[in-house]
Amino acid sequence: MAQGVWIIAEQRDGEIRKISYELVSEGRRLADALGQDLTVVLLGSNVKEKAAEFGPYGADKVLVADDSRLSPYTTDAYVSVISQLVKANEPGILLLGASVEGKDLAGRLAARLDVAMAQDCTAFAVEDGNLVATRPIYAGKAYAKVTFENSWPQMATARPKVMSIREPDPSRSAEVVDASFTLDDAELKTKVVDVVKDESGKVDLTEADKIVSGGRGMKGPENYTILEALAAIIGASVGASRSAVDAGWRPHADQVGQTGKVVSPNLYVACGISGAIQHLAGMSTSKVIVAINKDEDAPIFQKADYGVVGDLFDVVPALTEEVKKYM
Amino acid sequence: MNIIVCLKQVPDTETQIKIGSDGKSIVTDDIKWVMNPYDEFGVEEALRLKEKHGGEVTVIGLGPKRVTESIRTALAMGADKGILVSDEALEGSDSLAHAKALAAAVKDTEYDLIFTGQRAVDDDLGIVGATVAELLGIPQLSLIVKVEVAEDGKSVKVERPIEGETLIITSTLPALITAQKGLNEPRYASLPGIMKAKKKPLAEKSLADLGLDSADFGTGARKLKILELTPPPGRQAGKIIEGETPQEKAAQLAKLLHEEAKVL
Ligand SMILES: Cc1cc2nc3c(=O)[nH]c(=O)nc-3n(C[C@H](O)[C@H](O)[C@H](O)COP(=O)(O)OP(=O)(O)OC[C@H]3O[C@@H](n4cnc5c(N)ncnc54)[C@H](O)[C@@H]3O)c2cc1C
Repeated sequence: MAQGVWIIAEQRDGEIRKISYELVSEGRRLADALGQDLTVVLLGSNVKEKAAEFGPYGADKVLVADDSRLSPYTTDAYVSVISQLVKANEPGILLLGASVEGKDLAGRLAARLDVAMAQDCTAFAVEDGNLVATRPIYAGKAYAKVTFENSWPQMATARPKVMSIREPDPSRSAEVVDASFTLDDAELKTKVVDVVKDESGKVDLTEADKIVSGGRGMKGPENYTILEALAAIIGASVGASRSAVDAGWRPHADQVGQTGKVVSPNLYVACGISGAIQHLAGMSTSKVIVAINKDEDAPIFQKADYGVVGDLFDVVPALTEEVKKYM
Repeated sequence: MNIIVCLKQVPDTETQIKIGSDGKSIVTDDIKWVMNPYDEFGVEEALRLKEKHGGEVTVIGLGPKRVTESIRTALAMGADKGILVSDEALEGSDSLAHAKALAAAVKDTEYDLIFTGQRAVDDDLGIVGATVAELLGIPQLSLIVKVEVAEDGKSVKVERPIEGETLIITSTLPALITAQKGLNEPRYASLPGIMKAKKKPLAEKSLADLGLDSADFGTGARKLKILELTPPPGRQAGKIIEGETPQEKAAQLAKLLHEEAKVL
């Protein structure tokens, strides 16, 4: 009988990523609701020493697969190893992060195991012993509550930054176990030949705690310096609407929305953005939304917790001065 | 180079979603259907690769007859032929089942490369590309913003941005690529293109034509079960900050973000 909650941890260059702590915290909650154990699965190269980090967050066991071919991440290697572990241990629930890597992995893993997968969920619950996942569909215009039928493990990915991290309990520790698996080089058809680091030092939008975003109202690329000034003071990353990206003012990676990034920061400041439905799709799970727009009828005000009707070229620099008092 | 593009038809992104009386599906009357925006990037990239390396682009769509319109759009953009997988038994299937039908349709066609969108903007699931690749036993390269096929047509080099980094990945061909925003700017179908598209071959296939059993499809065979659809959690209409000058408003806003919202 399938039993136990598993989460797949994510690490990069040996550093555990934040989404992993979100998953462990959520996994602990579900494991408690089921009265079952929580296992963290950690893959990588020379990562075993990191395994101890998960105990204080609620893991009962950490299953470590250590192999030089498991860093950096490739779909072929990870799917092969994890599917072997799942088949050997039959967990009841399997959770991953809806990060770039997690989404890639979850899709192929579900296919390999021939199970259903609920992607990019914003909430989980246990009902009658089954995982029930809530996920935005139609770009957040509706929310679907889904569960699984004849499908084990019950598999889902969690939207980054939506689920909270529990207070670590330093007195808790987890049992660390070496996973047994085989990996055949013939399975590895793709190869990461280079990694180009983003040197801007900016936190990726999907992981940012605060985002200051600018749209067509910015009037041109040079004016983003005023957003960058505010962002620098409050520790935010700068995002953009599609209009600003299509105009060539900002790179594609900065686009927030239905065809851009889905973000859930604690604070989202929309400057000169009208709030088109496709833009809202990318930021409506933000915790606090601020809109600065000179048009009082702009749809963004319907979604904003705080709205300032005014010219952003006056309001944003004034705000940059004012926030200094609190930083 | 033979390239296949799988495409889906989805409600136009402007569409307001109404939940049906069963509480589990949406009302589809009055919906304007369009090609999934991510699939447009796939069609465009396939056409560019064909222009460079020669070969043929085949578009495969799945769903009711209306999906023909989206396939014709791709043909008008420059694809060579289309296949529509259409069968009443598909109604209500989940993405896993859709992927199985697509993979079966792909199997009979020669290909070096397959494109799908990274996800469809209706169910936002992002599982079809990976499942098709798995069923065909070929590698997948997902969320890709740049594609370079080697001169000999035997391998591909792609770029995948991840949080804060970009991975340069190589793969043997055949492979499946899921298209992401940033890959290209899709072209519009030209008027001569639209005229030509009308004469391009478009085959229709049922599940039986593909050697599939209709019992494995439809609502009854779903592995992902929908319990309920609800409108998005409403956000309370917020506060409009009062003040005579931009400075006063900014001061008020900063204070509220600090004291009330506690985000500063
Ligand atoms: C398939 C599809 C996918 C899409 N995906 C996305 C997506 O992912 N992300 C996205 O953002 N959009 C997306 N869009 C586009 C979307 O429909 C809108 O066109 C876009 O979001 C508008 O951007 P904007 O708000 O910056 O520009 P506009 O709608 O032009 O709004 C500019 C705003 O700036 C205000 N303004 C101007 N000057 C000032 C000033 N000095 N001070 C204060 N306010 C000022 C104006 O009042 C106005 O409200 C998509 C569209 C389609 C069809």
